[in-house]
Amino acid sequence: MSPQKRSTESNRLEVRFIGDGDVLNHIVDKQEGAKAAAASSSVLTLATKRVAKKLLVEQDEEELEEEEDYNEQDYVEALGTGTEEGAENGSAGTTGADVFTFQSVKRKNKMAQMASEWARTPKKSVNFSVSESPEKTPSKGPVSQNKTPQKGKKVQFVSTTPHRLRKRLSAPNLKSDSDSDYSASNSEEEGEEEEDEEGEKTSTAVAQPKTPNKSVTAAAAAALYKTPAKKSKKAEEPNLVEEYFEAHSSSKVMTSDRTLERLQTPKLDRDTLLRLLNGKPSCYNIEIQQLNQTYEKHFSKWMLQLQLGFNMLLYGLGSKKLLLERFRTSMLSDSLHLVVNGFFPSITLKSVLNAITGEVLEHDGSFRTPMDQIDFIGKTLRKDPDTHIYLIIHNIDGPMLRAEKTQQALGQLASIPSMHLLASIDHINAPVVWDQSKMSLFNWLWYETTTYLPYTEETSYENSLLVQQTGALALSSLTHVLRSLTPNARGIFRLLAEFQLENKDNPSYTGLSFQDFYQRCREAFLVNSDITLRTQLTEFRDHKLIRTKRGGDGVEYLLIPVDTGTLTDFLEKEEVD
Amino acid sequence: MATSSVSKGCFVFKPSSKKKKKTLSLEDHFTNSSDDGETATRRFNICQELWDMTKSETGMLQDELNKKILDSLLEFIKRSASSFQSKVNDWASVMRASEIPTAALVLGVNVPDHDMTFQSLSELLQQSVTPFVVSVQAKECAALKHLMQKVLERLMGVDVTMDDDEEDGGQHIAPTHHKRVHCSLSSLCDWYHSVSKKYAGTSPGKKRTSTAKDMPSNPPIVVIFKDLEAFSPRVLQDFIVICSRYVQKLPLMFIFGIATSPSTIQHMLPHSVSSLLCIELFQSLSCTQHLATVIDKLVLNPQFPFKLTGKVLQVLVSIFLYHDFSVRNFIKGFQLALVEHFHSQPLSVLCCSKKEALAHIQTLGHEDVERVRQLPSFMRYVETQEPQKQVELLTKDQCVKEVCQSLLKALRKYHKNYYPILRCLHTLTSSLPKYPLGKQIRELHISCLERNVWETEEYDTAMQLLKLLAKDELVAILQKCVVILSSSESKKMKAAHGQLQSYLAKFDQLDNLSAEELMQDAVSPEKELHKKTDLYQLQKTLLEMKETRRTKKKTPFEVLRNQILEFVDSLVRVHLVPPESKPLNEVCYYGSSGVLRRHLNATPRTSIQTALSNPYCYLQHEGLKTDSSAVSNAAPDICIVYKLHLECGRLINLFDWLEAYSTVVSAAEGKDPDSTDYGKVDELKHARFIQAVSELEFLGFVKATKQKADHVARLTWGGC
Repeated sequence: MSPQKRSTESNRLEVRFIGDGDVLNHIVDKQEGAKAAAASSSVLTLATKRVAKKLLVEQDEEELEEEEDYNEQDYVEALGTGTEEGAENGSAGTTGADVFTFQSVKRKNKMAQMASEWARTPKKSVNFSVSESPEKTPSKGPVSQNKTPQKGKKVQFVSTTPHRLRKRLSAPNLKSDSDSDYSASNSEEEGEEEEDEEGEKTSTAVAQPKTPNKSVTAAAAAALYKTPAKKSKKAEEPNLVEEYFEAHSSSKVMTSDRTLERLQTPKLDRDTLLRLLNGKPSCYNIEIQQLNQTYEKHFSKWMLQLQLGFNMLLYGLGSKKLLLERFRTSMLSDSLHLVVNGFFPSITLKSVLNAITGEVLEHDGSFRTPMDQIDFIGKTLRKDPDTHIYLIIHNIDGPMLRAEKTQQALGQLASIPSMHLLASIDHINAPVVWDQSKMSLFNWLWYETTTYLPYTEETSYENSLLVQQTGALALSSLTHVLRSLTPNARGIFRLLAEFQLENKDNPSYTGLSFQDFYQRCREAFLVNSDITLRTQLTEFRDHKLIRTKRGGDGVEYLLIPVDTGTLTDFLEKEEVD
Repeated sequence: MATSSVSKGCFVFKPSSKKKKKTLSLEDHFTNSSDDGETATRRFNICQELWDMTKSETGMLQDELNKKILDSLLEFIKRSASSFQSKVNDWASVMRASEIPTAALVLGVNVPDHDMTFQSLSELLQQSVTPFVVSVQAKECAALKHLMQKVLERLMGVDVTMDDDEEDGGQHIAPTHHKRVHCSLSSLCDWYHSVSKKYAGTSPGKKRTSTAKDMPSNPPIVVIFKDLEAFSPRVLQDFIVICSRYVQKLPLMFIFGIATSPSTIQHMLPHSVSSLLCIELFQSLSCTQHLATVIDKLVLNPQFPFKLTGKVLQVLVSIFLYHDFSVRNFIKGFQLALVEHFHSQPLSVLCCSKKEALAHIQTLGHEDVERVRQLPSFMRYVETQEPQKQVELLTKDQCVKEVCQSLLKALRKYHKNYYPILRCLHTLTSSLPKYPLGKQIRELHISCLERNVWETEEYDTAMQLLKLLAKDELVAILQKCVVILSSSESKKMKAAHGQLQSYLAKFDQLDNLSAEELMQDAVSPEKELHKKTDLYQLQKTLLEMKETRRTKKKTPFEVLRNQILEFVDSLVRVHLVPPESKPLNEVCYYGSSGVLRRHLNATPRTSIQTALSNPYCYLQHEGLKTDSSAVSNAAPDICIVYKLHLECGRLINLFDWLEAYSTVVSAAEGKDPDSTDYGKVDELKHARFIQAVSELEFLGFVKATKQKADHVARLTWGGC
């Protein structure tokens, strides 16, 4: 809990930063002070001990953190990154310690709370569970009571919050909570209750969390939204061990059970998505453009460095495809070059190498192994030192190129003197694919190019979780295969499809049994023996038009593995034909 | 875009043949990208020259350093080769003969550097011992047949067929039209005999004229395993066993390149296999020593005009020490610094040999002179001048040029004096306990570059400790210093040299003078010590002795020692001033350590996370400006989605996420919070959310999971 919060309650309590030597004295003082504060506040009696302790812990932590900061600075300096360079770097504020931390305890509702808090202060900053930049810590000094919550403390609902808003925002979540809308991902129901109990014990207002609209005091509200764990970043470092075990104490995850089905449009398909996104007014166009232009100024330098034997690696947030494309068109139009889309789902090393040997070097032999092929490329290029090949790989960390052998091969390609490689990476763990020897093969020169451009193309291949897979592909394959079949076979398939559609509302429908199917086909004069039907079915199965499943009684059931919508479309189309 | 397709991931672009000739050269790129075109060509030439010099020097250095180990390796190979020939029939040589001579070469963990060593090794072997040297790497030899094939191919220079059926022995060279050879050691055997007969029979012909003489008649076949650790043990064992069968017919010899420790051999090869080898261990020079010599040659060389500031050197050394131990990468960093310096600093045109620099000054244009005036060090210099001179310097170009000439000369002189004194100070302090000024000369150099070294605490401690040195130690060190100073040509150094020598002479005289006195002093306290056995008394007497010693008159030796140290101190104070205080130091010194670090030792994840959590760093838009470490709700979608996901545990409910996102975005759009559709999810918001989430997935922050419906799993924990 923020020390300020407590100060308002105690009226006398003051928070200040104290020297190491005084810690002990301080602790005693605070403890008494906190107790007094608790005694005076009627609401929080239950929690006194806990609160006092927590306060102390925080005191300690803040000091510890100061020390930590100094240590960190030492370390940073040891690595040759002085403070001025930090500024030069432009990425002040985010240090390694911020990026690489352990999992911390997260409670339900957190996200909704933060969103509403965030929305509550339009166009202004909100600080939520963020650490302060190290420079600020020492200068903070004693804080007076009427100050706004200190930076670095987590967001809280303080008494200034309009009651109406709070009610509206928290009401739906909390209501649904009582509908047991939350459940663990794995069915440990007891654990959940325990968790709840724990939460109730630690946060004082036992009855209140779920009904904040009833007589809420500022303190209670604060208590409600204060998670029992020391969630703020401040607390993280000194208490790393405690935190870690708390976070991992239970294997279940508390999330709400609500699904996307609640939306009016549960799933958008690819086309609508693209249409909508194209129509979206993009913000910060000018800034993004300016940002990208600064990178374009370096194009000549890139060429220089490429020719000096370095290879470029671009990193940073945002799609770098456009930037590399600009580089390609402006600098490389006169030279031999190759573009590889590493994010392409079926790119292979072989296709890259074949493109080089086949199309660039115009060699039409085949190679036994990629190694031979690379050797050949190296030899050919060494023979003719005037030929320079520029290889641009968008996303060299793409899923198909991640394999160790592929990277090794690419590294060997890159180490050929007249082969110049420009690549980009996006995945946060991308550098892990290279060990020291690969790094030295690549001879990277890292360039930060944060573009903020959307990864439209890069993500378009992914089967995104939220995008509905249209049946278009399945439908066209259905019609194509069926068109090549005999009318009888088509009739057989239609029979099956119609039966499946009749049963679409039956959740326990497992398929049409073979015997039934044979009966129906005979009645429709489509087959004359079950052998003919079986032959036909084999053909369907080979084209993946149907699936057979053996039921519990050993009977074979037939099913078309296509969703009903597509099937209806298909039948309609068949009618028209 | 020409490079987007749903069916193809690889696109080739060929220029039309007409244009092909117009491709720009290195120099053009240098001039194009540089801010200032005029001097760019010249700068580029200097840069190239210096880089070529660096390259050749480091190459030579590498050869020199490897010479010792290579020589001993060579010796070993020659020795074992001769044992093949001498058919002495004693027991030892018979035992020996069935073993394959093997050199285990321990090279250290700096794998990137190994290639250079192996290359010079195989060249050397080919020159002086045997034409049959073949090196193999683990990555080419996944299976035994690949290893075999590689060895045969490289030795015989022909294609080797790989038959999977195991035909044994007796097979001769396959008489196929492509001169293909069956892949087996016996075919190698046959080939070897025919070739060696040719060598022996015909007079040393064609290509092997001079070197052939000292080659034995039966040159051994040397197989170099570049990275032993990476080989599959199975393959290696089989290969060794097979080879040992042929060792009577084929003078085979192995060299193992080992990165970790010799015990790997025991780990990889069981006793039955390793007993077939006669292993001798060779330890290569450690990479830190290598680095020290490289730094000595490149950085601590007054003749080399390009210099690094302390910070830059620190970055390069840190990368070396904390990341790769690779001298090659260090040189790469040095190259980058060199290029960056000449590229970004127009005045670097003056960073060349003295004569050229003085000539270049005269040809400086007005703009360049203006640039000189802008240099902070020059500005400081101007401030120290008299008012009249100041005006002249600020108005007359010619005056600036003249001053520049003298300043450059002064800078050169400074360097000439700096390095010998640095070395002297290092010799003095490097043997002190705990190394107060650093064990390596580079550490001392860095601290001298950054501040006045004599003001540091470490320097004081070092001086204190020096005052405790015994005479013989001190004399030995001083003699080393004399050697260092004698190699310097500058006048001041010569003067210092003379002075030091006279001090040393005084030491000799001291010997005759005070020997008896010292003897006497030494005896008396000892006597007292023998008498007292009580601990308390002992302590007391010791304290007393300390007191008396303090007040005691100094011996002539002590007086002399203090004199010498004062002299050294004065030298340090005069010559080891940081270069920043010297006018025009910017011409020679490259100081943007940040640039170097970002290019060589980048932190992509930090950059991404900064961009996500603090977009104002990159997009200077007022709407994004917030207090530190916070995000405006008008930030790009991906930032909002990212910030929201930080509040979640291992699993994230997509619906909740979407709702939270929608709340934030609605606020950013300035909607009335009271209206009924506030925070409602419309199609556009949904689409934007989908895009942002798939981008996060692409970046690796979340991934799809089937643990629960409509949930994603969070993959990172940092970034709060």
